[in-house]
Amino acid sequence: MITEILGVLLIFTLSCLLAWPLGKYMVRVFKGEKVWSDVFSPLERVLFRLSGIDPDEKWDWKKNMLALVTLNIGFFILAFIFLAFQGFHPFWNPNDFGNWEPTLAFNTAVSFTTNTNLQHYSGESGASYYTQLLVFCWLQFVSAGTGIAACALLFQALINKSSAVLGNFYTLLVKSCTRILLPLSVVVALLLVANGTPINFEAIQEVKTLEGEIQQVAAGPAAPMVAIKQMGTNGGGFFGPNSTHPFENPNYLTNIAENIAILLIPMALVFAFGFYTGRKKLALLFFAVMSLLFVAFTAISIHQEHAGNPFFESVGLAESRNMEGKEIRFGTAASSLWGVSTTATSNGSVNSMHDSHTPLSGGIFLLDMFINAIYGGVGVGFINFFIYVIVAVFIAGLMIGRTPEFMGKKIEAREIKIAALIILLHPFLILSGTALSSYLAAKDPSLSAEWIHNPGFHGLSEMLYEFTSSAANNGSGFEGLNDDTPFWNILNGIVMLLGRFLPIIGPLALAGSLALKKPVPESAGSLPLDTPAFGTVLLAVILIVAALAFFPVLALGPIAEYLSL
Amino acid sequence: MLRTTLTLIVTTLVLFGILYPLSIWAIGQLLPHQANGKPLYINGELRGFENIAQAFTSAPYFWSRPSDVDYNGADTGGSNFGPSNQAFHEQVKGRIAFLLEQHPEKKASDIPVDLVTSSGSGLDPHISLQAAIFQLERVAKARGISENTLMEMLERHTQGALLGLFGPKETIHVLKLNIELDQKYPLTNP
Repeated sequence: MITEILGVLLIFTLSCLLAWPLGKYMVRVFKGEKVWSDVFSPLERVLFRLSGIDPDEKWDWKKNMLALVTLNIGFFILAFIFLAFQGFHPFWNPNDFGNWEPTLAFNTAVSFTTNTNLQHYSGESGASYYTQLLVFCWLQFVSAGTGIAACALLFQALINKSSAVLGNFYTLLVKSCTRILLPLSVVVALLLVANGTPINFEAIQEVKTLEGEIQQVAAGPAAPMVAIKQMGTNGGGFFGPNSTHPFENPNYLTNIAENIAILLIPMALVFAFGFYTGRKKLALLFFAVMSLLFVAFTAISIHQEHAGNPFFESVGLAESRNMEGKEIRFGTAASSLWGVSTTATSNGSVNSMHDSHTPLSGGIFLLDMFINAIYGGVGVGFINFFIYVIVAVFIAGLMIGRTPEFMGKKIEAREIKIAALIILLHPFLILSGTALSSYLAAKDPSLSAEWIHNPGFHGLSEMLYEFTSSAANNGSGFEGLNDDTPFWNILNGIVMLLGRFLPIIGPLALAGSLALKKPVPESAGSLPLDTPAFGTVLLAVILIVAALAFFPVLALGPIAEYLSL
Repeated sequence: MLRTTLTLIVTTLVLFGILYPLSIWAIGQLLPHQANGKPLYINGELRGFENIAQAFTSAPYFWSRPSDVDYNGADTGGSNFGPSNQAFHEQVKGRIAFLLEQHPEKKASDIPVDLVTSSGSGLDPHISLQAAIFQLERVAKARGISENTLMEMLERHTQGALLGLFGPKETIHVLKLNIELDQKYPLTNP
């Protein structure tokens, strides 16, 4: 167990240490300063010329958001067509997979466009290599780039002095892909290949096992997709069980690399906020608040999985470690750390089956996604956190009777209205979806038999998890839920769309209105933010928002199951 | 904006959907064994992939962890059973009863938990050292070799933590172990 804990500490420490220089580098990319990756600029210039983009033209938040939404609609339409007509793919379909059912194609096209990567299909038995690469691999780059670009625009809005001009969404998107995601993904992909993650275009192969039976094994071009799935907090795996599969994650070394890849850019963007705005101390405070929650959640999950399932001892086994749905080469501790990492950062890849985790560990994963801003998804995680900061500034201001200000800008009615709506959207989407599905399942036993794999409290958790994962654009699942039905495909698709675009557009509108304001000089009357006192308020706001909105449903699902074990 | 949107889609699609994976593929050709998922050929015949568990059901082989997909490498996955599910409890009880029946000299408290729980992928190539020791007597008898000889072999096959420091220790790679068993102590009647 001690070596397992050391492994967890190593992953966390390395992620933090690597995130700092990466944050610095990313800011130089955003600001267009000289960096080593300028070797890519001829390539980018070709791309800009073909697309008719003037990379130096800068726009306000509205024009940027219009560009973002238009481009994402394009992503969705192309992905939907490619999936619905998979049977007609001209090449890279050695297993002859056919067309997708329209609601599954809709759900999956939304899922990969919104950086969610919820998978109601299973890669090795449903997706051609053409689909894997020209839909999934591609979208995992550009959807991550969309989030990073939006975050860079937010940074600029925070330091503007009475100016609406933020930057160019297209330039930021392209550069996020070519200079941040691509180089990092190449490194991870090559490490994976060296350790036995396949990159070939073979059809399903037949193995004659030692005992002489025939075993079918699917491989394919997995390595490049696994790399970007981790780097861009996407999580869309090549094979059904994601990074639990020995091809996607062959050993403990690749597990370390992939887990760092999950955390790296989300952590780096918190530091990037500090470097971009010159408020390093404030960035460190934000990082500390997030890390406090992250470490506490990881500790709880590790303890729960190690203590395990009391059932095992009740039937005479000597130990109760929860190894159901887990792999020996990772063990319980690394499975818990991964689970917390992937739900905190809206990644959604897994290296163990979340449905089989102990109730409180599953509850922690849900809590991570309720908050959805502990480091968070690439770009959008910090944007979500920014909304919590605005609310915390407002509440702290009210408590001590000072005008709420953030970085020298007055927070007024308009900003608070947007922040409150965005904060309420998340519980609204999750709870109304869960309420509707559990009402239907309770009314019609045939439906609940069709959907739910684990009866009782855990069945509610399965439905709750599916909506939470959709709204948080996470993509992991309690995969026992039989979710490839029109009901889940359509409803989850709508929730993913709302949960993606409103929390980008709302905060950008808020920041856009802050950008126009004249900064007020800091005085004795302003609320200092980079202090432990404000950190405490921020932590309290995050926990209270999550607890007030979600505690009742947590009590009915994971907590009730825990008490019943 | 429409022209920009369309060209940007096409160019990024070519760059990240085709050129990026093809470059990884091209570099992967330098390591063809790894890039194909470490296939194992014996006498020119594909007998397995190093990291993909196989079904072992007969006495002379060490058994892999239970697989919810019956070790089907073309439709992988776990059971997704929650910890409180009665069906899961029944399944585990059934596995314990089966193991005790096959190993009459053992008792339930000798069974390590990884031998009665199914892995997440259904293809977990490892078992714990305890899970191998649990099966030692059966395998030794079926192969007609001494338990000491087999134990020495297990010790050689025991993998430690990464660099001795990080991650689970005392794990056994079932397929490699069984291959060596077949090479050293071939079954007369396979």
